[in-house]
Amino acid sequence: MSDVYVVGVDMTKFQKAGTGPNVDVLGSIAALGALDDCGLKIQDMQAFYCGNLGQASGMVGQRILQQIGQTGIPVVNVANACATGATAFREAWTAIKAGLYDTVLAVGVEKMSSGLLGGGGGGVGISREGLFGSGTMPAVFGEAGMEHSRKYGTTFEHFAKVSVKNHHHSTMNPKAMLQKEFSLADVMNAEMIAYPNTKFMCSINVDGSAAAVLCSEKKVRELGLMKRAVKVRASIMTSDPWQERDLVMPDVNSCTRLAAKQAYEMAGIGAKDINLIELHDCFATAEILHYENLGICKDGEAGMMIDTGAVALGGRIPVNVSGGLLSKGHPLGATGIANIYEVCTHLRGEAGKRQVQGARFGMTHVIGLGSACGIHILEKAA
Amino acid sequence: MTNAKPLPAVDFLKIPETGAPYLEGLKCKNCSAIYLGPRAVCSKCGARDQLAAYKLGTTGKLYAYSIVHRSFPGVEVPYISAIVDLEGGGSLKGNLINVEPDPKKLKFDMPIEVIIKDAGRKDREGNSYLAYFFQPRAA
Repeated sequence: MSDVYVVGVDMTKFQKAGTGPNVDVLGSIAALGALDDCGLKIQDMQAFYCGNLGQASGMVGQRILQQIGQTGIPVVNVANACATGATAFREAWTAIKAGLYDTVLAVGVEKMSSGLLGGGGGGVGISREGLFGSGTMPAVFGEAGMEHSRKYGTTFEHFAKVSVKNHHHSTMNPKAMLQKEFSLADVMNAEMIAYPNTKFMCSINVDGSAAAVLCSEKKVRELGLMKRAVKVRASIMTSDPWQERDLVMPDVNSCTRLAAKQAYEMAGIGAKDINLIELHDCFATAEILHYENLGICKDGEAGMMIDTGAVALGGRIPVNVSGGLLSKGHPLGATGIANIYEVCTHLRGEAGKRQVQGARFGMTHVIGLGSACGIHILEKAA
Repeated sequence: MTNAKPLPAVDFLKIPETGAPYLEGLKCKNCSAIYLGPRAVCSKCGARDQLAAYKLGTTGKLYAYSIVHRSFPGVEVPYISAIVDLEGGGSLKGNLINVEPDPKKLKFDMPIEVIIKDAGRKDREGNSYLAYFFQPRAA
């Protein structure tokens, strides 16, 4: 099976929810950007995988082609909660691995509204929200964070420090929704949404899109694109294996651990070899869990990782140097490709002020609650 | 048409003709996994037709929680959204009441009692509902 490379990648500047153009136009901007990034045209693409959640039944991929070129290629629209973008990317990778195509386009795009996600539901009768606890995402991830607290004594301050770090990182990322510093006091004293997550510890709903052009190794060489190409060393997707509290506590840990183990095996490297990670910080509490889930520290050491700055730019293993979902923003279906854009930019040495020096291997991680976990390990081309 | 008697707010809350309402889940005869609500197959072991009615415990321990300060319109805040591990197996999510919504007042593994009472909400037809809640229990 051929190795697969990213040859072109781009993302839009993430913007306030509801202010972006229509989803087809928004997606087309990133798609054209990724094509321009490698000097290819839509006529060069043999297949297209499109990720979007908000209009999952709305043929978004075909509508994007109606904006940029209707060439008759197969289009597959995918939805997989917040792992939607990673799923589209992985399907593109799979198709090349299978030998069906040599050049494939993957796009993730989302237009959002502001406010709480999750909760509600119940169907008939009365609303369950606030009667049987809360199904809102800040509360669900608050509970996941408190599970870590009960195991290891992780504090509100530990969680808040994640937000300080990621907001600091975003000041160096012109494509982030926010580019603003917040002190620890700012974060801890901000409006409490669902303890221990304050407003600045919740990801920002934004409009945005990201796109990647993937090629087989043969095609990369034929086109002379190896210089800036990024090799996909691992592409893994898992669902949530059975856990005893599944019915009351969506589990983001075991699917991540399973995916991380498989990703390291596929790549033939270990956590110690990874130079930067873009992981799914939908809430500050979640980021803490994933240091351990992804194996960059031992269980119980996540608090120490944020305290010592090991996960900050300049530290041992920088995490979310883009600003993460907390500050760059979280356009659900686009996030999984936006984090691939970020890692590729570092591996190419093109990340400017936030560049992780000498980066060779990078990891991306997303969780779609319900649950899907997508992990990619990317390597700078030799 | 309004029912004379309250309805269960979740399908695993049972209201018998006589006697007190209770919570009833399912337990797999093959692997002992416990579920809330109806299902045909055990998602832990895959066994079919092995799930039997299982009365859930009325006491347990606080496993994890969040204190909700922002919710949907009409939902009174703050409140404690709690995960409770039940004695006898299984876990529930619900509102923890009769304790201040303050992290200093909440201890992991604190003893909890499950109570069933009026949900405090009615549907559009005016029906009343019974719901379960958690409250601290003297150890």
